Amino acid sequence: MPILRNAWKKGVEPIRIKGRGISKGSADGEVLLSEDPISFLGNVDPQTGKIVDPEHCLFGKNIAGKVLVFPHGKGSTVGSYVIYQLFKNGVAPVAMVNLECEPIVAVGAIISEIPLVDGLESNPFEMLKDGMHVNVDGNEGWLETKE
Amino acid sequence: MYLTPEEERMMAGESGPTLQKAMEILVALGDIYEADRLIPIKSAQIAGVSYKTMGDAGLEWISDLEGKVQVPSILNPAGMDLERWQEMGISAEFAEKQQEIIEAYRNLGIGVQCTCTPYYLQSFSATYGDHLAWSESSAVSYANSVIGARTNREGGPSALCAALVGKTANYGYHLDENRIPELMISVDCELDASDYAVLGYIAGKAAGKRVPLFKMRSTPHRDQLKALGAAMAASGAVALYHVDGVTPETCRKDFEPPAEQLTIEKSQIDEVYETVSGDGITECDSAAVGCPHCSPEELEDVAAKLEGKVVDNNVWIFTSREVAVSNPKIVESIERSGAKVLCDTCMVVSPATDKFSHMAVNSGKAYAYLPGMCKVAATIANIEKCMEKGGGAHSD
Repeated sequence: MPILRNAWKKGVEPIRIKGRGISKGSADGEVLLSEDPISFLGNVDPQTGKIVDPEHCLFGKNIAGKVLVFPHGKGSTVGSYVIYQLFKNGVAPVAMVNLECEPIVAVGAIISEIPLVDGLESNPFEMLKDGMHVNVDGNEGWLETKE
Repeated sequence: MYLTPEEERMMAGESGPTLQKAMEILVALGDIYEADRLIPIKSAQIAGVSYKTMGDAGLEWISDLEGKVQVPSILNPAGMDLERWQEMGISAEFAEKQQEIIEAYRNLGIGVQCTCTPYYLQSFSATYGDHLAWSESSAVSYANSVIGARTNREGGPSALCAALVGKTANYGYHLDENRIPELMISVDCELDASDYAVLGYIAGKAAGKRVPLFKMRSTPHRDQLKALGAAMAASGAVALYHVDGVTPETCRKDFEPPAEQLTIEKSQIDEVYETVSGDGITECDSAAVGCPHCSPEELEDVAAKLEGKVVDNNVWIFTSREVAVSNPKIVESIERSGAKVLCDTCMVVSPATDKFSHMAVNSGKAYAYLPGMCKVAATIANIEKCMEKGGGAHSD
């Protein structure tokens, strides 16, 4: 309901994009786009959620509390556990969106109960901008823009 | 993906939160790889054991799980010999964390044998056509290629979930169509001993994640196939290979020769022997054998090479605890030289290796991994040369 109410106020219909639900749950937050794939082991500080790899396009930014949109995971399978550590430390993304999900991020999201969708019908890198407010639903597999 | 009513109930949480999570992970992986269903597995071998690679993140997750595994399950090598860690120079802090990880796995009903060669264990047999959920890359390669069993290279969490549910998703190397050779590699010379490890190091780079079919002049035995597969899984991502007339699937099936072909020559093998992997400005200061873990026959071979000799440097021989305990005389004979026979761990996953600068190894896998994972340079050679060049072995 809150989505519809906002839409009425602003006169903008929310846009729902269908995809595939990988990890269950629903959350909303601000978009943070990463054109680069992410290796959670090595790229991210598990204590703070900051991207610490100087080579990474999000270097210096923090993924905590964001709807993190990135192509896919890469690197060591220990990355799944790093996502869990971020979650336990309260600095995990609230939701994640992949172009095409692979096992490291899928497993990390599921054990940390972070909603995760992939394979959206429209390219999220064209649709979304940093700071936009979106809803992600991993149960049904969709993303909805709120503004 | 099709789920049975029982699997549906598990997924809905009727068997508790741990099994629910485990099912969610298996189903998610099944969806990603387009599996049609879950299939029962005979055993699991679970990676994610060394505290060096797992850290507190992994320890926390495993400690939070409840329940018991449904099939015989054992572990990958840990970061230290669980009994002789002090002799390896491991800190008490690391040892404590490592033991916590082992205990967390034990609480889930997992056999705390830490080895990359589960196929040597008496109680852990795998046979042709068995479906497995193994993780360690060389064990996966051996199971698929040498035994003719079927397993994907499971990640640590997915192998653990498969063990808890007793099933894994039916995709990848569980299916006939993914076991067909895609690349023919002809070997243009006779090979012996560590030559197979070097061949694997070269072939893995060429094959990437494809399935190679080898045509060889010489006939490798099982330990040599183990070395070949381990190296290919490290320098490349080969999880299944065939050797014409040697590995079981080539004897039972009539594979079409792959269109893509390449030849590996003696000169390429010699070049690897002459090249230090990593930043090897110093002479070798150590030697290690047993990546993957030594078979009883390999231990005997090491003992024969060290007979009547003493070593000046650290020489570490890695094997599984069960193999060491079953062969006390061979172990004693090796250790008379000053070399150590260590269990539960290896030079790649133990932080104890970091103190060396240049290690002599007979393993293509260690040769590939030591520079990156341990910041230690590596020279590859046969066992005898490893003992001389790296171990400083000389007559007593």
